[in-house]
Amino acid sequence: MNIFDILGPVMVGPSSSHTAGAVRIGQITRRLLGGEPERAEILLSGSFASTGEGHGTPRAIVAGLMGMGPDDERIPNSFDIAREHGMDFTFGTVNLRDAHPNSALITAARGTETVRVGASSPGGGRIQVFELDGLPVSFTGEAPTLIVKSDDKPGYVSRVTGVIAAQGINMSKLRVEREERGGRAIMVIECDQRIPYKVKVAITAIEGVKKVTRLNPGEESK
Amino acid sequence: MSDLSSMSELLKYAGERDLPLWRAVEELNCASQNMTAESSRESVKNMLEVMRASDSGYDRRQRSLSGLSGGDGGLMEDYVASGKNISGPLMGEIIAAALRMGECNACMKRIVAAPTAGACGVLPAVILPCGRALNASDDVMVEALYVAAGVGEIIAQRASISGAECGCQAEIGTASAMAAAALTHMAGGTNEQMANAAALAMKALLGLVCDPVGGLVEVPCVKRNVIGAVNAVSCAEMSLAGIKSRVPPDEVFDAMRDVGERMSTSLKETGEAGLAGTETGRMKSVNPMRD
Repeated sequence: MNIFDILGPVMVGPSSSHTAGAVRIGQITRRLLGGEPERAEILLSGSFASTGEGHGTPRAIVAGLMGMGPDDERIPNSFDIAREHGMDFTFGTVNLRDAHPNSALITAARGTETVRVGASSPGGGRIQVFELDGLPVSFTGEAPTLIVKSDDKPGYVSRVTGVIAAQGINMSKLRVEREERGGRAIMVIECDQRIPYKVKVAITAIEGVKKVTRLNPGEESK
Repeated sequence: MSDLSSMSELLKYAGERDLPLWRAVEELNCASQNMTAESSRESVKNMLEVMRASDSGYDRRQRSLSGLSGGDGGLMEDYVASGKNISGPLMGEIIAAALRMGECNACMKRIVAAPTAGACGVLPAVILPCGRALNASDDVMVEALYVAAGVGEIIAQRASISGAECGCQAEIGTASAMAAAALTHMAGGTNEQMANAAALAMKALLGLVCDPVGGLVEVPCVKRNVIGAVNAVSCAEMSLAGIKSRVPPDEVFDAMRDVGERMSTSLKETGEAGLAGTETGRMKSVNPMRD
């Protein structure tokens, strides 16, 4: 029994899926980028595209990209706030055929860093990231999460998980996807404990690892 | 025993330990979420505060992005203030409060989803004005929110709280059942009377379809918060009078799911049929800004 699934979230209306969840999609994109985007292209799919305007979905996503939470009363004014911060953002629509009807595909960039995030908002303000930089993934960002992008090389999975085990961190979920044999691979690891910075450093040093992102709930990622 | 999926189990759990219903809900929630009673109560107290703040922050000039919602809470307030309203000041205030909160939600103000954003007006419209009328302390109102959450949780487990799955009966119907039980607690009813009030409230709203114009949480959602609140009051009154639902709560909730499963998809948040499918509904959905 979790009564906070029934009472709450405290949120800015009008819709938990189209507004609160949309803020969270913007937020997780910002966290995956590792800071405030300078540019963002936001593509809305399905019900987000057809009823998003009236639900404030575009403003909600931009609010999340600016680091606001679902209960932030500045959400209705997020476009002005983002422009004041010098963020360039554009909107469009896309037809993501296999995705949940409430989905968005966001490409965000700062400096030389770019991320492409596909995420959906199935209801109650919860979200699911289903695509990261063109590779299929599945995580919510509610648990401490480590994302490792690398070349697909024999033995790298055990080397990465070895670093985590050595820190006494328990993994609750592990998923590995790759483009093709020997091509780009992505590993998403959800953990029971906060992931310290030194884990990121140690994994980054493993041969073939290109990029390590850690998401600790309640912290901006670095 | 932290996951209860029936009202009869919850009543049994509370009865065996001689606990008021709210306390049983709090205990079970803390056990399953590994949370202290103190932090749980602080979160619930915060929700009461947010409900109060949204209600008192209502601005009758605010309009939704579509232009379909706004101002009705103010019209109702004026009418009640004129002293002419038929059902008296308390019922008038309940109607006004439900409109205010529904409009706050449509206008992107901060609200507490209970159980959903579209149905967020029902519970505060009942507990805030009735709390004032009954001189209820904040502690009693927080307890009432636990009762409401317990009822909502059981309905979510047995049936659904999503309009897309089971129609508006799952949103406004659930909110009304939650509010009826909460009010019964505030008025000093027994655990059984709280469960019974929830059953009566849900029965009255079985079959309610989800037919939002343009697919937006505005028409008829804002005003359906009013029927959810008013229905909660009449059902709490019946239960406190000793009137029983002939069908027990769990079977009523199962019936809600059954009705929801048989309901056409066109009437489950797709914006196709019902009010959304009317000539006016279609016109507004193409160009919502049009009068």
